[in-house]
Amino acid sequence: MMKIAVLHSALRTAILAAGLSIALSQVVRADDFQAKLLYCKTCHGLSGQGYHGYYPMPRLAGQQPQYLENQLRAFIEHRRRNAIMANVAHALSPSMLSALAHHFRDLNPPPLGGGSRGDIATGRRMYEEGLPESNVPACSACHGPDARGQDQIPRLAGQLPDYFYSKLVNWSAERGQDSSMPDSSAVMGPTSHNLTKSQIAAVAAYVSGLR
Amino acid sequence: MKRVWPKLVILAILCSPVSSWAGSSIAASVRNCTWCHGTGAQGYTVAPRLAGQRSLYIEAQLRGYAAHIRDNPLSKQYMWSAAANLRTDTVRDLADYFASLPPKTAHDGHWGLAARGQAIYLQGIPEANIAACLACHGPAGQGVREIPRLGGLSYFYMKRRLQEWGQGYHSAPMSPMPLVASTLGPDEIEALASYLSFVR
Repeated sequence: MMKIAVLHSALRTAILAAGLSIALSQVVRADDFQAKLLYCKTCHGLSGQGYHGYYPMPRLAGQQPQYLENQLRAFIEHRRRNAIMANVAHALSPSMLSALAHHFRDLNPPPLGGGSRGDIATGRRMYEEGLPESNVPACSACHGPDARGQDQIPRLAGQLPDYFYSKLVNWSAERGQDSSMPDSSAVMGPTSHNLTKSQIAAVAAYVSGLR
Repeated sequence: MKRVWPKLVILAILCSPVSSWAGSSIAASVRNCTWCHGTGAQGYTVAPRLAGQRSLYIEAQLRGYAAHIRDNPLSKQYMWSAAANLRTDTVRDLADYFASLPPKTAHDGHWGLAARGQAIYLQGIPEANIAACLACHGPAGQGVREIPRLGGLSYFYMKRRLQEWGQGYHSAPMSPMPLVASTLGPDEIEALASYLSFVR
């Protein structure tokens, strides 16, 4: 009887230890996380506000975690084409990827701005009403009236206008690049084709100033 | 008389770049710069090449010296006083002038390190949290706006600047360079400075 009890408790300890070690391996060490975060902020700005380098580096502050997580996975799987971010994302463990995606949600620096002022009123109208004659739905229908997005639909408020512009102009060349793995980027395909470049610039100018 | 004309024509051609600036207010300022930065502004010993540098970058740095923001030892020693009394329009004219000169490539790094430097420049080292330089400085090190051109700058200049950021010196407000340089070890700095010295 005693023997069975000892065996039982040893077994429980072993199971506990195994469970604990799995849990530990999935947790991101705090200093690793801080170092990786600084690495993100090297390009995306110390408050995640975005940065104008040779290429525009998008604002991550306030972004939807689900969207960020999806994009990092898309870089890794080459569904989203970007040489720099493919390298960056490949070095992230799944738990690090998730931890980073959630970090930026609570940052709220003021927008960098930089859109053309003349475009803002046009952009606002298109954002709120769409363009019925071009079959473009209102952006607000999915991205929300305040442009903060939801779940896998990205926040657009405060985004760098040149980033926004280049993403929409190049949508089908950058997103959904693996036909065997279709993703939610397909939703934006037709709309990106139905907008002219000047219309894209107008919406970019409007959302870039939203907080 | 017949013999004088060809000589005059040659003299006129030789002097034309100088004469076009001789009458302007910045001619003297250009001469002050080129005493150290080289007569063709291609850099000389510790003074970096200015030819082909981004004009907005030169402007920002000159303002930074005058405001004592860029604070590494050689900047303090030479550039704080050099930039102290420049008028705003002179700063802009000097920046535009040096940006318009065609840059020459330094070719003074270690050739054997260039391939590793190129890999770091283009891809970074994500596992070590080292960012890819091209995101800000462009695929050929050409720079843009107030972000400097790096391609072809001398090995010794690039090496020293990268070391100085790591040591805590400043360049411009909001510059990500202190953060970037803090991740670079001596080997990475050697490789990057070598690679960039060969970039056209």
